[in-house]
Amino acid sequence: MVKSKKKSETTRKFEKATKQVRLEKYVLKLYITGMTPRSRVAIRNLQKICEEHLKGSYELEVIDIYQQPTLAKGEQIIAVPTLIKKLPEPVRRLIGDMSATDRVLLGLDLKPKK
Amino acid sequence: MPRVEKKKTAAKLGKTPTGIHGLDEITGGGLPQGRPTLICGGAGSGKTMLAMTFLEYGARKCNEPGVFFSFEETEKELETNFASLGYNLTDLIEHKKIIVDFVFVEKSEIEETGEYDLEGLFIRLGTAIDEIGAKRVVLDTVEALFAGLSDTGILRAELRRLFRWLKARGVTTVITGERGDGTLTRQGMEEYVSDCVILLDHRIADDLATRRLRIIKYRGSSHGNNEYPFNVDETGISLLPLSSMGLTYEAGIERVSSGIQELDQMLSGKGYYRGSSILVTGMAGTGKSSVGAQFVNAGCSRGERCLYFATEESPSQIVRNMRSIGIDLERWIKKGLLEFVAARANMRSLEEHLLVLQRTADAFKPSLVVVDAITDFSTMGTGLAVKWMTTRMVDFFKSRGITTIFNSLVTGAYVEDSGVGVSSTMDVWMHLVNVPSDLERNRIMYIIKSRGMAHSNQVREFLITNEGVKLMEVYTGPSGALLGSARLAQGAAEKRAALDRKQEMEVNQKELFRKRSVLEAQIANLRAELEAREEEAKRIAGHETEREREIARDVKEMAVKRHMGGGRAAK
Repeated sequence: MVKSKKKSETTRKFEKATKQVRLEKYVLKLYITGMTPRSRVAIRNLQKICEEHLKGSYELEVIDIYQQPTLAKGEQIIAVPTLIKKLPEPVRRLIGDMSATDRVLLGLDLKPKK
Repeated sequence: MPRVEKKKTAAKLGKTPTGIHGLDEITGGGLPQGRPTLICGGAGSGKTMLAMTFLEYGARKCNEPGVFFSFEETEKELETNFASLGYNLTDLIEHKKIIVDFVFVEKSEIEETGEYDLEGLFIRLGTAIDEIGAKRVVLDTVEALFAGLSDTGILRAELRRLFRWLKARGVTTVITGERGDGTLTRQGMEEYVSDCVILLDHRIADDLATRRLRIIKYRGSSHGNNEYPFNVDETGISLLPLSSMGLTYEAGIERVSSGIQELDQMLSGKGYYRGSSILVTGMAGTGKSSVGAQFVNAGCSRGERCLYFATEESPSQIVRNMRSIGIDLERWIKKGLLEFVAARANMRSLEEHLLVLQRTADAFKPSLVVVDAITDFSTMGTGLAVKWMTTRMVDFFKSRGITTIFNSLVTGAYVEDSGVGVSSTMDVWMHLVNVPSDLERNRIMYIIKSRGMAHSNQVREFLITNEGVKLMEVYTGPSGALLGSARLAQGAAEKRAALDRKQEMEVNQKELFRKRSVLEAQIANLRAELEAREEEAKRIAGHETEREREIARDVKEMAVKRHMGGGRAAK
């Protein structure tokens, strides 16, 4: 009895915390290599997801590493496109053209892992 | 710019030296210039080391800056690890000779959301190459990407593109790959990198680890096909190619004394050829080490440097033991003419032993070397490996004109076996045997072969005296060959027999003398008798003439008397 009561309290706290996280500002950086069709697809997909799930509380920067090649080393970019979620913690990396919406939401902690 | 490079290599395949002793020799100059080379092998086989050596050598010695893309170790880790090999990566990085880039791929942190390419890697590589004008690139181990990213289809296509791109840029690339199950690399990298493939192997046989290198493929170039042992130690990687020595050494006619006068006599009076390899075989306790020590002693006495490679005894034990037979080695050590390298055979691998020996020899520059004993190494690997090692030793010392004695312990008295099957590479082969006879064991020695000289075919008794080694003429009489006290006994018996003969002769001579005296007496008697007879005959003859004369006188007298009558008148 006691045990289950405690557990439900923890769950409530956790849910409260996630709500707070959602209100936090998202800092996202998308690294692309020039305006290739794949880059365009990635930008478009990402903008759509952000508008739907993070409206008003995100900051997206698109960086062309052809223009700033040294960033590739600093940010450990290998695959392109790469999206780095700088904030909120933890930092996450998403690669690909962002067409798998479920996986993008998962990567952005907008959807609990199953 | 890459096109110019490409044209150049199309004319004739250029080679990029790796700076790895031996590898550049078997590849005829190094890795294919401007092309990728795959180095594959299991964990801990030395892939990273080989790759880094290639890069470091290029940056430091060839003025070819290099880029090291590490997928496993960070820049700091690499710097620390290679500092222990004497590579100052930090300095080379500071001077823009080397760029190390740690590529971090962690699957748990990556979410794949659709199609992607590896352009980021290309940009990083391209930026690094341009930054220092790199000519060499290492990707260690690019297959780590497969662990971090799950879309193998994309990865394969991108790697294929990467190698084409590197080739087009004209950089000489080394790609390492972990050995897979039944394949050279886990991800089949050998399919993409087809210019040069080198396989490293680190195997354990009988608790002993040996490293091997083999060139599986080298497009557009001939190369050594064998498996070559190699060694990694504080001086880096060294390959030990047998073929690289070759049979090109000079054969001089200078002779060098064995230190044993009688042995020199047996070797057409002058001893060994300088720079030759001498094999001394024998069972335990036949005096092999003494032969070596005597040789060293003689060498040092002439002021030559000698190196003694001992695997059975410690230097001080050798010095003590040799002192007991009147050879003082200690003074040569003090004079700096004699150096010992003492190590149990199982202390190092065969390759390490060889390298230590080579390095010591190159530093000390001896003119004589004793290896006591090569048979100890037979516990260190397969017969073939030991044979190869000995052959390498022979070639190494020969190429430097060093006269070398190899002691080899054999079992079985008359089995003419070198113990490690290397007799064919030796110039002189002496065999020592312990022969039991009459409750004694005596040493004998003989020369099985001695190339290029008329040598004695005699079996000699081998004596270890307190004045060193001596070779005695073996007594071979009507009752067979005799050794030791039997030889001495036979000598005494012969003396006695001679005395007996002498006495007998004296007796005979006396008898003869006596007989002669008797005969001479008889001769004297006969002669006397003869003389007497002659006297008698003369006397008789004298009487006769006297009588005749008397008769004649009588006749005359009678005639006178008769005439007295008438005769007086006539008168």
